[in-house]
Amino acid sequence: MYNERFFDTKDSKEAVTLGMLPPLTIRPSRGWVSLRLKDLWEYRELLYFLVWRDMKVRYKQTVLGVTWAILQPFMTMVVFSIFFGKLAKVPSDGIPYPIFVYCALLPWQLFANALTASGNSLVSNQGLITKVYFPRLVIPISVVLAGLVDFGISLLVLLGMMFYYGIVPTTAVLVLPFIILFAIATALAVGLWLSALNVKYRDVHYTIPFLTQFWLFVTPVAYPSSLVPEAWRILYGLNPMAGVVEGFRWALLGKAGGVGMLMTVSVLAVTILLFGGLLYFRRMERTFADIV
Amino acid sequence: MGDVAICVENLGKQYRIGQRKRYNALRDALSEAVYTPFRWLSQFVNGQSAISNEQSNGIIWALKDVSFEVKRGEVVGIIGPNGAGKSTLLKILARITEPTEGYADIYGKVGSLLEVGIGFHSELTGKENIYLSGAILGMKKAEIDRRFDEIVAFSEVERFLDTPVKHYSSGMYVRLAFAVAAHLEPEILIVDEVLAVGDAAFQKKCLGKMGDVAREGRTVLFVSHSMAAITRLCERAILIKEGRILEDGPSHRVVSLYLSSGIGTTAERIWPDRNKSPQGEIVRLYAVRVRSEEGHIIDAVDIRQPLRVEMEYEVLKAGYALMPHFAFYNEEGVLAFVSHDLDPAWRRRPRPKGLYVSTVWIPGNLLSEGMFFVHAGLDTIDPVIPQFDECDAVAFQVIDNFDGDSARADYAGDMGGIVRPMLKWTTQSRLNEFKVGDL
Repeated sequence: MYNERFFDTKDSKEAVTLGMLPPLTIRPSRGWVSLRLKDLWEYRELLYFLVWRDMKVRYKQTVLGVTWAILQPFMTMVVFSIFFGKLAKVPSDGIPYPIFVYCALLPWQLFANALTASGNSLVSNQGLITKVYFPRLVIPISVVLAGLVDFGISLLVLLGMMFYYGIVPTTAVLVLPFIILFAIATALAVGLWLSALNVKYRDVHYTIPFLTQFWLFVTPVAYPSSLVPEAWRILYGLNPMAGVVEGFRWALLGKAGGVGMLMTVSVLAVTILLFGGLLYFRRMERTFADIV
Repeated sequence: MGDVAICVENLGKQYRIGQRKRYNALRDALSEAVYTPFRWLSQFVNGQSAISNEQSNGIIWALKDVSFEVKRGEVVGIIGPNGAGKSTLLKILARITEPTEGYADIYGKVGSLLEVGIGFHSELTGKENIYLSGAILGMKKAEIDRRFDEIVAFSEVERFLDTPVKHYSSGMYVRLAFAVAAHLEPEILIVDEVLAVGDAAFQKKCLGKMGDVAREGRTVLFVSHSMAAITRLCERAILIKEGRILEDGPSHRVVSLYLSSGIGTTAERIWPDRNKSPQGEIVRLYAVRVRSEEGHIIDAVDIRQPLRVEMEYEVLKAGYALMPHFAFYNEEGVLAFVSHDLDPAWRRRPRPKGLYVSTVWIPGNLLSEGMFFVHAGLDTIDPVIPQFDECDAVAFQVIDNFDGDSARADYAGDMGGIVRPMLKWTTQSRLNEFKVGDL
């Protein structure tokens, strides 16, 4: 039962100094904080389970199920091919227009879906955020990764189309994984900013659809970046998705001129955006549970 | 390893009332940014301090100057009225939210259990949810694999493991959720009012599990409104009110202080909201009251005086014979006795719809001194269908003064015991020339 020693603080102070494990200290954090990526590594299993959950429930209670992953880019490709390819006669760097646009739609949809999902991820997981501790970064990262499944499925369709058009990828295809990683990094970079902002300002929720729509037009999905005057190419690269989409085409179809400069600028832009997003996210993280 | 598990120093948490608004619009932030310089200017001109500005902005301290220490293996209950800051304290220790000032040192792995069913997804099956929820609560996959069978056995939902939990009854859902949580194995466990769910039998099982955890020598911080649970599980309790520690000591002492100060459980509980009252399909509980012999609502009674406890309930569906009952627990959580209604007026008779009041009369000189917690329950008979079983519905205190005419007689010390009846004593005497055995 109860023991008077509970209040003998002198005793316990000694114990603290003798303690072998350093304690976890909870205190108010001030100013900018470290990224604590090690903490994130410790919660990698949780990340795995959250990705797994999102994949599992994604097409629950739908009739078409995983077919949606193919239908969306495919139907968009058909519409674009008819209106931009056939009627507007948009050039396509000598590649058949359908595969030209489908090849761009894949990384684009990966990006757009990941952006939407991660932007809303903290708010839709507020039940977790207010009830249990884990590095909050796990949430936007997990929804971005979950989007890879759809991407993988629609990639199979692309391979089928390449076979149909008789396009054989060059050795450039080896760069593809890096381009995909780059697309994810881009989505995450923007998603981190939006998700953290969304916790406080729900305006973000309404901004996202508009943002993705607007972004689609400034990205060379329906048209090649070669339409953009040479002098503006570097500025154009500041839109990282320009680099992603052109890089993706180059890696798979092998025929896009002058991607190098565009890519370099895009990689730089994403690096800055991602790092800033991480810092901003970590700084805002401490108040998520209070204001979400 | 040292013997301290948690050391909290001057912990404080400040909320701006505005922060608790559902959401801010960007527009507000923009207008704020525009107006702030002007406000500073006007303050400067008027000579106002920044502090008064803070106050007008509605800053509240949910927690202030909280310091305490918990030893390894100690089970500490945290009690206090709603809004006292108990949950805020737990959230800080569980690292969900940051303190505004002060610090807490934590020695060991912390597991927190602030809600039952965290991370459950209604579309996933029971089995999938065990893994998901386990991972969210901080268990490794290997750990879940190892304890999977145990978790399933505890939850009693074996047959529905491959059914999405959206098809579960609420009871099954809660049992599964608690089963996962109960098999967490942190060195320090932080638990918020999670036992207030499920049916009575399952609550008992959960309490038993909590007791096991405590006996295994793990450190537990436990918030509850059930004083019986606190006294049963915790050797020490901390009373918090308005963000500050009011009392810290042996749980039975802190609990009775809390109850006698009138900030805790009361002698009368009413559930005016139809949807929130304890109920079954046939009967819903409306109120439980403790009354003196004369009918006044009282929260303390002289040990020599009789008292009565009543439950008021509404029969929603006619045609069932009912059996109301009360269970009386003392402040250590020991069951003193259970009493069933045996008034012939309605006994074994199907009842029409309507309001009823069933009262039990407790004679004077029966219960021992101290706090008693009354559980109010009601079943139908034939067939037996439990309707409600409300733990700690009301509480009252029995006071034994030193007037010399109770079972205490002239003894002034702590007597203990659950009951303190006045029994007949005789003392015979033979003062001259006696032998042992003569009497």
